[in-house]
Amino acid sequence: MKQIYLDNAATTQMRPEVLEAMMPHLTEAYGNASSIYPLGEEAAATLAEARRTVAQAINADDREVYFTSGGSESDNWALIATAEAYESKGRHIVTSAIEHHAILHTAEYLEKRGFEITYVPVDEFGIVSPAALEAAMRPDTILVSIMFANNEIGTVEPIAELAKIAHNHGALFHTDAVQAFGHLPIDVKEMGIDLLSASAHKIYGPKGTGLLYMRKGVRSKAFIHGGQQERGLRAGTENVAGIVGFAKATELALAEQAEEAARLGELRDYAIERIEREIPHSRLNGHRRERLPNNVNFSFEFIEGEGMLLQLAFKGVSASSGSACTSGSLDPSHVLLAIGLPHEIAHGSLRLTLGRDTTREDVDYTIDALKGTIENLRAMSPLYEDFLKDQKKAS
Amino acid sequence: MAFAYSEKVMDHFTNPRNVGEIENCSGCGTVGNAQCGDIMRVYLDIDDNRRIRDVKFKTFGCGAAIATSSMATELVKGKTIQEALEVTNKAVMEALDGLPPVKVHCSLLAEEAIHAALWDYAEREGIVIEGLEKPKTDIHEHETEPEYALA
Repeated sequence: MKQIYLDNAATTQMRPEVLEAMMPHLTEAYGNASSIYPLGEEAAATLAEARRTVAQAINADDREVYFTSGGSESDNWALIATAEAYESKGRHIVTSAIEHHAILHTAEYLEKRGFEITYVPVDEFGIVSPAALEAAMRPDTILVSIMFANNEIGTVEPIAELAKIAHNHGALFHTDAVQAFGHLPIDVKEMGIDLLSASAHKIYGPKGTGLLYMRKGVRSKAFIHGGQQERGLRAGTENVAGIVGFAKATELALAEQAEEAARLGELRDYAIERIEREIPHSRLNGHRRERLPNNVNFSFEFIEGEGMLLQLAFKGVSASSGSACTSGSLDPSHVLLAIGLPHEIAHGSLRLTLGRDTTREDVDYTIDALKGTIENLRAMSPLYEDFLKDQKKAS
Repeated sequence: MAFAYSEKVMDHFTNPRNVGEIENCSGCGTVGNAQCGDIMRVYLDIDDNRRIRDVKFKTFGCGAAIATSSMATELVKGKTIQEALEVTNKAVMEALDGLPPVKVHCSLLAEEAIHAALWDYAEREGIVIEGLEKPKTDIHEHETEPEYALA
């Protein structure tokens, strides 16, 4: 059966070029970058080169990039170490209601340790308004953390404007750019970003590798204690192969960024247009223009998301949902609730995230499969039955 | 947890039995709420000997909710109303070769939906069905801690 992977926001398939770049470092070039002999020096030189590649990708200095195990670690570090380093100045942090759990649960952790967190709301499209951020700022605010682009609904935030507000109030600005890094142009200097989290496996790189960018001058405490790696802030022998893979994936993503974003954006809009035209009672979630080029997110009334995902999986389509049933809790996605969706509609959501292998044919196959799935589930739905009866009564 | 389901659950989700409505039914009950993501509606057609001649359901919910509705309706079909009362959520789960722990509440909802339809029937007939309590319309997971899970 045809297999179509439309969950590229969850993870991506590693590119062959990336694996090829990594292979020597998984085999003969196994040196520890801290060692003095040639095998170690080689590893150190490889690391330096990789660091330069990813730093340039966001217009940062090499020394401002710290390699981590991925986006979640970077988010934890950005919040916890910054909070600790600046707590004498203040104990207030501002973030948004639609952040990834790597931010939200870290914020809760800090809350239990005496920090105060303000969660700014978003509008119906998932945008953090500058006015809402302005209103949340206090004299004791030390950090603002707003994601670059949302992982569920794809909304891209007005980062430069938000960073400016943080700075006007003397606070640092962090952005979780896990979904944006490599996909959208990022210039930390121009945008005023002080800290940024990114991950390799969202850009066809390996899992287990990410980075935290920290502008020179930002104070931080060590996040992993031990050796002198990563300027003494993040101890542990470097994952050289992973880092090399990350650098290779970044290099490729940047070289193809404009072209791929245009191609995906066109496919995305085609998918959105077809769904809106052909599937009644559907609602696009997220912003129509300020949106990741590969993200399609819809809610379909009268049905629940897990059944939809299972039926799509039978037809060879891998996708995801903000439904509660897929997460093991009773509440649907906090992002969908934050943009104002009622529970029952949030339960029936579907996220399709396109990737470099996705073709127009794949999109067509998926939407055809989706139409059948939704019809089938609606025929079983008591909510749809009631809706049809009400409609009949009204006419 | 997409494929954490047993083959029986997948079968009843993919080919649910007894989907539909019964016009002029003898009893009908709806339980659950859309907030929690599960609503089940059961229609019963009961003959003069108080035997369930036919049963249909409609469910808004996850794969497990649809599968438990399908299995519960299969289990009560052809039974007397007293026998139908003995079809517990545990029986539904066992017939499905178990459910993941977070889905146990779906089987409770299925049991409750059958009871709600029987209650409606009893009210219409003006009878008392021994052992049948007025069903709750809402079943929340936190009210009913899952005690067991078979698969």
